[in-house]
Amino acid sequence: MPTREINGQSIEFDNEGFMTDRTAWNRDIAAVLAKEEGIETLTDRHFDVIDFMRKEVEEKGTAPSIRRLNKLNVVPTKELYQLFPGGPAKKAAKIAGLKKPEGCI
Amino acid sequence: MKKLLILGAGTAGTIMVNKLAPVLDQSEWQITIVDHHETHYYQPGFLFIPFGIYTKKDVIKPKRDFFPTGVEVIFSGIDIIEPEKNQVKLTDGKVLSYDYLVIATGSQIKPEETEGLVGDGWRKNIFDFYTIDGACALAHFLKYWEGGRMVLNVVEMPIKCPVAPLEFEYLAEWWLTEQGLRDKVEIEFVTPLPGAFTKPKASQLFGDFLDKKNIKLTPEFSTGRVDAANNKIISWDEQDIAYDLLVTVPTNMGDDAIARSGLGDELNFIPTDKETLQSKAHENIFVIGDATDLPSSKAGSVAHFQADILYENLLSAMEGRPLRAQFDGHANCYIESGFGKGILIDFNYDTEPLPGKFPLPGIGPFSLLEETKMNHYGKMMFRWMYWNLLLKGAELPIESQMMMAGKRV
Repeated sequence: MPTREINGQSIEFDNEGFMTDRTAWNRDIAAVLAKEEGIETLTDRHFDVIDFMRKEVEEKGTAPSIRRLNKLNVVPTKELYQLFPGGPAKKAAKIAGLKKPEGCI
Repeated sequence: MKKLLILGAGTAGTIMVNKLAPVLDQSEWQITIVDHHETHYYQPGFLFIPFGIYTKKDVIKPKRDFFPTGVEVIFSGIDIIEPEKNQVKLTDGKVLSYDYLVIATGSQIKPEETEGLVGDGWRKNIFDFYTIDGACALAHFLKYWEGGRMVLNVVEMPIKCPVAPLEFEYLAEWWLTEQGLRDKVEIEFVTPLPGAFTKPKASQLFGDFLDKKNIKLTPEFSTGRVDAANNKIISWDEQDIAYDLLVTVPTNMGDDAIARSGLGDELNFIPTDKETLQSKAHENIFVIGDATDLPSSKAGSVAHFQADILYENLLSAMEGRPLRAQFDGHANCYIESGFGKGILIDFNYDTEPLPGKFPLPGIGPFSLLEETKMNHYGKMMFRWMYWNLLLKGAELPIESQMMMAGKRV
């Protein structure tokens, strides 16, 4: 399992670049991970999504889907794609220090 | 008298009622099954209708033919489930109480969830093939079609039968070739998934088949809206794809009654224990088939394997024993690949589709993750098995738990 040094902290990742221990996460680490995903600056709107996702994982064990984020008025789907271009579900999870979202079958 | 209530008489509900009716003592248990439709559809057959292989009459039978004697059958919609009162209100005004409830209300397509999908183009040059009406309308359209860009798009996951879009593409390619139209049609498969399928090895194989058949694969495209006036699908991040014929697999959702009852997630699927099939919220409610939120395929074969598990666990619950049977996510899918051939995959929660022989290890007659004529015969034979064995709850020569024997790792 790859371990990397970020901001002086040693952080473990899985083979696809998702953090294996979400409790080791903090906002500075998020900023570094975001840059690697092509997002220069994390805004409050990014953190609305990230914080909500982390809260749901804490409480329910699974990250919310894009549809759920939209339905609960956390962020409209259109804006979510602007905030995390490419694959928002995966990208936001990665930056939030969460596991890769469980794909459907 | 104790009451077992089953909501939904599709594949899962019908199998359950047929398994339970013979074993529950009629002087002790009253079994009731509710569904709003009187016709049972063989849904895997819808795929063949657009290409004239099946017609409507090949895929329908009256539901009544499949209910065992001694079971109360009610044809009505479901208004609301009230778990706190252990009762269900029907749209015809009846109120049914229960000791145990089995929810098998399935999933449906919801094209109205996507902006512009149900508009001017709907059933003119936009079709689904997940409903009997959609499949028949598409058959009619194709009869007169002279070619152009055929785009098949999956709006969002999860969908019922995730291999069906691939089968549609393979069959379309074969059918267009037979009609002498293949060189007049560009075929494109547009999916939100990173590849042709969800599981890596199978995704690679299915992707290679698309390539071989000159079908363009556009992955990671999440459809945001449809511009029917200009014949374009547009993604959430503003990419667009033009079509002349759009075959769409719209958003799939659980029954509206589940939403009204506050029992579902944002897609109206019910949070369910992935091993025991017990509802996460209520001890005396069990969920089976497409109605669950399980990370397994939404497919008849899955409902069939789940039925064995649910049968064990429901009887255990009724007798106050712990729930020991565990569903492993087993799915088994025959995939039509065109020109009289097929591919077979067999997998579960933890094991992705692997090559090998099935169901008899080393012998077959079916080949896993490989294209053969025999696999196609398996698929065509399956309709008979479905009507005559599967729905009636008969034992099939396939284990409900996935077997590693016969598979090459």
